Amino acid sequence: MSSMTITEKILAKHAGKKYLEPGELINARVDIALGNDITAPIAIKGFESTGAKKVFNRNRVVLVPDHFTPNKDIKSAMQVKILRDFARKHRLSHYYEGGDVGVEHALLPELGVVVPGDLVIGADSHTCTYGGLGAFATGVGSTDLAAAMITGELWFKVPQSIKFIFHGKLRKWVTGKDLILHIIGEIGVDGALYKAMEFTGDTITGLTMESRLSMCNMAIEAGAKNGIIAPDSVTEQYVKTRAERKYKFYESDAGAKYSEIIDFDTSKIEPKVALPSLPDNTKNISEIGRISIDQSVIGSCTNGRIEDLAVAARILKGRKVAPYVRLIILPATPLIYKEALRRGYFKVFTDAGAIISPPTCGPCLGGHMGILAEGERAISTTNRNFVGRMGHPKSEVYLSNPAVAAASAVKGYIAHPDEVMKKKAA
Amino acid sequence: MKFRGRAWRYGSDIDTDRIIPARYLNTSDPAELATHCMEDEDGEFAKKVKKGDIILAARNFGCGSSREHAPIAIKASGVSCVIAESFARIFFRNSFNMGLPIVESPEAHAASRDGDILEVDMNKGLIRNLTNKKTFSARPVPPFMQELLKSGGLLKSIQKKKRG
Repeated sequence: MSSMTITEKILAKHAGKKYLEPGELINARVDIALGNDITAPIAIKGFESTGAKKVFNRNRVVLVPDHFTPNKDIKSAMQVKILRDFARKHRLSHYYEGGDVGVEHALLPELGVVVPGDLVIGADSHTCTYGGLGAFATGVGSTDLAAAMITGELWFKVPQSIKFIFHGKLRKWVTGKDLILHIIGEIGVDGALYKAMEFTGDTITGLTMESRLSMCNMAIEAGAKNGIIAPDSVTEQYVKTRAERKYKFYESDAGAKYSEIIDFDTSKIEPKVALPSLPDNTKNISEIGRISIDQSVIGSCTNGRIEDLAVAARILKGRKVAPYVRLIILPATPLIYKEALRRGYFKVFTDAGAIISPPTCGPCLGGHMGILAEGERAISTTNRNFVGRMGHPKSEVYLSNPAVAAASAVKGYIAHPDEVMKKKAA
Repeated sequence: MKFRGRAWRYGSDIDTDRIIPARYLNTSDPAELATHCMEDEDGEFAKKVKKGDIILAARNFGCGSSREHAPIAIKASGVSCVIAESFARIFFRNSFNMGLPIVESPEAHAASRDGDILEVDMNKGLIRNLTNKKTFSARPVPPFMQELLKSGGLLKSIQKKKRG
């Protein structure tokens, strides 16, 4: 039998095949089909237009209204109502609203709804996050979601894979977010178009699950179909108490074929910042000079997990947000919210003058809960710095890891965490 | 399928936030979405676009989010077809699934200007610039996608299979 990559193996398994190759068109079984308050209304309309009466499996269709919630206006409330009515009618076991809702890509791994070895499709481009668990997960549109909700299957073209190998130790303050920003800076926003990005090497093995998820989260920002990391003991530790189904660990064969293999020396990578208006416009933080900010956002499906809040708390403890700067912190899920509260982070954040938001995607996409005015500038731990992404078309977004975003809130300009931490020690 | 219209020419990496900003995604009404189409890239587009016009872009058109609102807004604005050097993958899938004709052409963008009149022959895989009289080839649509188009999109093809 010929060798396969982890992506090819998961796709083969779900297509009922022993072997497949890049370029092949397959029809594959879907383990989880996901939609949110922006994409699901169109999918539900499509579902109903076909005359379908039942979803393929009421435990495998997941609806998470997280974008414009808590409902920001009447229109948003009407969209969410479509999801709620559908969830009730079809008795969906995975519908999250009110105090149960979290940012979908933080929520589903945390609750064990997606597990290693799964094939997950989501009508949200950051569905690729679940590759951090060793699942094949990819973003699709609403019509694809409708088709999967009806049949439990979807067509795929098997992607070629690019292997990214990271060797060596992470520098202080450097996280998975910086590694993925570094890659996107190297290969560009279409550098992995239609391809699978496989992250390996001793650096990756040493990464926490949070860092793995935030790395795979941004595979789409290089145009990729999916990002993936082979599951290991870190994965096992994370999923064993959460998984609501059986899971399976896949790994690439030694002889698997890649369209490209790219090596990185991790020890050379410093905290990165992506300048406006594309995620591939990345620079080392030491190179950008003094850039003042009006707002700092810590949260999202990329960086709203407990590890992210922990590093922010470490930096903000005993310090104040700079005058005229808003710092908005969004714990990504109810569990993360409660854990941050339990650890005393809420006191640290509020003492520093930060705003704590309920879990929502809100500001990341310029939806609500922190919109930028004309000419304003934000540093953000989110994933996109497109024109107008967080508000006015003439506002600017800079992307970074949570430590940089917290330090920048304190200084009032984009700052290396050491600038803040050293000052206190002196 | 044949389309003829004025080219609205844009650069590379036109993301879905520029095609339809997220602040308008609290609706999925095509007519309403169309009034904001391309708003953050070109404030004039939605006001001036005419039925049959063509969007002509460079690389990676439609990158970013999975919102199907992007091809929906473009289609509802009257645009007959999008030509680009390459498309982002979710936008590519969505366009076929919901029936917005899109064509990949490596040459058309570089050799045409904004406002040129273009003619696209989907069946022959040809693009003609009627203003400067140049002709370009379009990358053939994969047979599987052609089938999808023929059956009227993904959901119609599922309905057919169910009946068959």
